[in-house]
Amino acid sequence: MSDEPAFDFIRDSLDHCVKCTICETACPVANATPLFPGPKYVGPQAERFRTPGSSVDSSLDYCSGCGICSQACPQGVHVAEINSRARATMKQQRRMPLRDHLLSRPSVEGRLATPVAPLANFVLSNRIFRLLAERTLGIHRNAPLPTFAGRTFQRWARRHRPAAGTREVVYFHGCSANYFQPELAEMTVAVLEHNGFRVLVPPQDCCGLPLQSNGIFDTARSYVRRLVGNLAPYARAGNQIVATSTSCGLMLKREAIEILGIEDDDLRVVSEHTYDICEFLADLDAAGQLRTDFTAVPLTVTYHAPCQQQGHGIGKPALDLLGLVPELKVIELDRACCGIAGTYGIKREKYDIAMKVGQPLFDDITSSAADLSVCDSETCRWQITHATGQQSVHPVEVLHRAYGLG
Amino acid sequence: MAGLTAAVRLAEAGLRVVTVAKGLGSLRLAPATVDILGYAPGRVDSPASALPGFVAAHPHHPYAAITPGVLADSLRWLAEHVQAYAYVGDASANMLLSTAIGVPRPSAVVPETMAGGDIRSLRSVAIAGLRALKDFHPALAAENLRAAAAADGMAIEARPVMLSPPTDGEADVGTLGFARRFEDAGFRRAFAAELRAALRDEQAVGIPAVLGFDQVRSVWTELQEAIGRPVFEIPTMPPSVPGMRLARALQERLRRAGGRFVLGAEAVGPEIRDGKLAGVRIRAGNRETARLARWVVLATGGLASGGIQVDLGGTATEPALGLPVFGPGPGEPAFLPGYLGEHPMGTVGLRVDGRLRPVGQDGEPVRPNLVAAGAVIGGARPWREKSGDGISLSTGYLAAGTILEDAG
Repeated sequence: MSDEPAFDFIRDSLDHCVKCTICETACPVANATPLFPGPKYVGPQAERFRTPGSSVDSSLDYCSGCGICSQACPQGVHVAEINSRARATMKQQRRMPLRDHLLSRPSVEGRLATPVAPLANFVLSNRIFRLLAERTLGIHRNAPLPTFAGRTFQRWARRHRPAAGTREVVYFHGCSANYFQPELAEMTVAVLEHNGFRVLVPPQDCCGLPLQSNGIFDTARSYVRRLVGNLAPYARAGNQIVATSTSCGLMLKREAIEILGIEDDDLRVVSEHTYDICEFLADLDAAGQLRTDFTAVPLTVTYHAPCQQQGHGIGKPALDLLGLVPELKVIELDRACCGIAGTYGIKREKYDIAMKVGQPLFDDITSSAADLSVCDSETCRWQITHATGQQSVHPVEVLHRAYGLG
Repeated sequence: MAGLTAAVRLAEAGLRVVTVAKGLGSLRLAPATVDILGYAPGRVDSPASALPGFVAAHPHHPYAAITPGVLADSLRWLAEHVQAYAYVGDASANMLLSTAIGVPRPSAVVPETMAGGDIRSLRSVAIAGLRALKDFHPALAAENLRAAAAADGMAIEARPVMLSPPTDGEADVGTLGFARRFEDAGFRRAFAAELRAALRDEQAVGIPAVLGFDQVRSVWTELQEAIGRPVFEIPTMPPSVPGMRLARALQERLRRAGGRFVLGAEAVGPEIRDGKLAGVRIRAGNRETARLARWVVLATGGLASGGIQVDLGGTATEPALGLPVFGPGPGEPAFLPGYLGEHPMGTVGLRVDGRLRPVGQDGEPVRPNLVAAGAVIGGARPWREKSGDGISLSTGYLAAGTILEDAG
C-alpha cells in the first residue's frame, strides 16, 4: 500500500497477471537487448518483492516506458505503470544524474533558449560541444535533438485574431509546438478554424511528462497540477481539449492518474475532456461534421502510430483522416516503436538500444520509397528523420496542406 | 484466433471492420496447430467421422452450428492466409504429435514444420534441446515419448541431445530469443554443425518450435538439408513462436485489407438506439464512447480470458454486452470435489443458434445483428476434447459468413 489510492488501484492489477508472457512477446526493448529482462519479469513478478520506497533491481532502468506491455496485456495488468513507479523509486534511491534533470524541463530550456535561438541551435549542433556533452552529461553525441524556433506559439496565439467560429475548442499545444515547431500549432489552429471552431489557447506550461519518465515525480506532479488547474475551468464548461503532442495528451488522459497517482477533480475533468487531435477530427468525421473539401495531395506517405499514441486506446484515427485526402497513398506501418521513447534514446547508454529498437521501422520507411513519413509524436519524428534522413510530419500538417490552407 | 479470423474474412470481403481488443489474444500462446477433435472421450482418429455422433451427444456444443462444409472451408481459408509456411492435414485424420513433455497429442491440421513429428511414422528419433532454453527438457520429452509409444503398442527409440549453440554469454535465452537467432545465418550454421555432430543414425530430429519467425520455411528447409534428415518442430511452453507466426500472419492480412485494430480498449456494454443494437460502448482511459456498427462479432474468449466472468457466489455473466449466459442452474453444483473433474461450470458460456447468434432462454436470437465466435460460446471442454482451435477457427469463419449473408 502507498499513500495514493489511485496508484494502489493500478498496482493491484498485478494480481491479474497469469504469467502468460504476451507482454514479453510485444516488448520492443527486451527484444533488442538482454540488458532488459522484460516487462513481466521486472513488472508483476518483481513488484511482489518490492517494499514501499525500495526498488533494488537496476535492470528496470532499461525499460523505455513505451507502454506497449500494458496495451498488449489481455488481463488488464498495468505493467508499464507499475514499472514506471518502481523505476522512479529506484532512481530516487540513487543520485539523479544532472542530465536527467536537464532533459526533463523543456519549458525551462525553451524560455531560456528562445531569445538566443541561433546561438542555442549552433551549440546543440556543434560536434565539439556534443562530444563534450556526451562526456560530461551523458547525452549521446548522435542523439536527435530539436532546434529552437526562436519564437513561441503562445506569443503568436496572443496576437492571433480568432476566426468567428460557432463552436469553441481548447488547444493544449505542449512545449514542443510552443518552442520547437510553432508552425505545427498554427496549422492546427487553421485546420480547426477551417472546421468552424474558435480555438482557445489558455496559458500553459509543461505537463510534467519528461519529469515523470525520468522518475522526478514530485516536480512532475506540481507541473501537471498547475496545467490542469488552467485547463479545468474550460473542461467544466463543457469544452473539449485537443492535443497535438500525443504523449502529453496521454499524460492528461491517463498517466498523471495511473503513474503519478494524482486524485484530483481538476485532473479528472480534464482527462475526461482531452482528445488527441486526430481522435477529435475523426470523431467529427464520424458525426458528419468534418469538412472534407480536401484538394488532391499526390504523395505516397508512410504512417507510423507511435507507442504513446497507441496508449490512448483509440486505434489509428490518423489513417481514417488521411484516407479522406484524394490521391494520397498511405502505407500503414506495423512496427511497435521507433526506440526514442521521449528522452530514453537520447541518453548515452541507451542510444544504441533505441536505434536497434527502431531499426525494423527505419527499414520499412527506407524501403517503402515513400515521399514523406507521417507520425503523431514529435520525439518519434525527430528520431525517424535522424535515422532515415526522411522528413517526418504530423498528420495535421498533411490535412493542412490538403485543405489548401497554406 | 476466432476474432481475427472473423475480422480478416469480413475486411477482405470489403466491409469496414474495427477490431477492439483489451489486449493481444491468446493465439500467441497457442501451438498454432488446429486441433479439431482429439478425444470424445476416447482418442479420435478421424474428427470428420467422429463429429456427427459427438454433436448428437452434445447438442449445445459450438460444433452443433458447424457443418462439415464450413469446417473444411475454414481449414482451407486458414491455409490460404498463412504465407510463411504451409499447413498440412485435414479433418479426415488426426496426427499424433509430441508435446514439449513427450505426451502424444491428436491434432488434425498443423504447420508443415511439425507434421514430420507424427509418432506413428517414427521409429528412431533424436529430441534436441537447447541448453539456454530452460523450458524444454529433451530427456524428459524423449523418455515420455518412448513410454507413451510403448503404451500404444509402438516402439520408438527416442534419444535426447543437448546442444549449446552460441548465445553471446546469455544463460537464459527463451523461445523468442532463439527464434530471432535462427533468423541469423551464422547462428544457423553453428547450430546445424553442432547438431550434425551430435546425431547418430536417427531417422528424424525433434526440436523446440523456435526455427525463426517470417523465415521459418527457409530455416527449416536449410536445417533439414544440413543434417540430411527430416526435422520437426515441437510446440513449447509460452510464449509460443508458432502462435506468434500465425498471429502476425492474420494481423498482417487484416491490415492489408484495411481493417482497423484498436488495442488497449475494453468493450463495456451494448450501444442501444431505438431499441436496436447500434454498436458497442468502449472504455479507454477515463472516457467511454460508442463505436457504431451495423453488425457486432463478440469474440472475447471464455472464463480464462475474462469473456465470461463468474463471481464468488457462482453467478456467471458476460461483461462486454451483458448477454444471457448458460451454466449450472440455481441449486445445481458448479464444481465437483476432484480437481480434474468434469466441473459443470467448465462449459459455461453463451448459447448460439445455427448462425452463431447468441440466444436467450427461449432459444431465440437476442439481437439479429450480433454473432459470437470462439470460447465465449459455452458447451465445450476444449482442454479435454482438444477442440479449442477448431472451434475458434470454424466459428470465427462462420460468424463472418452469417454477416456476409445478411449484408448481401
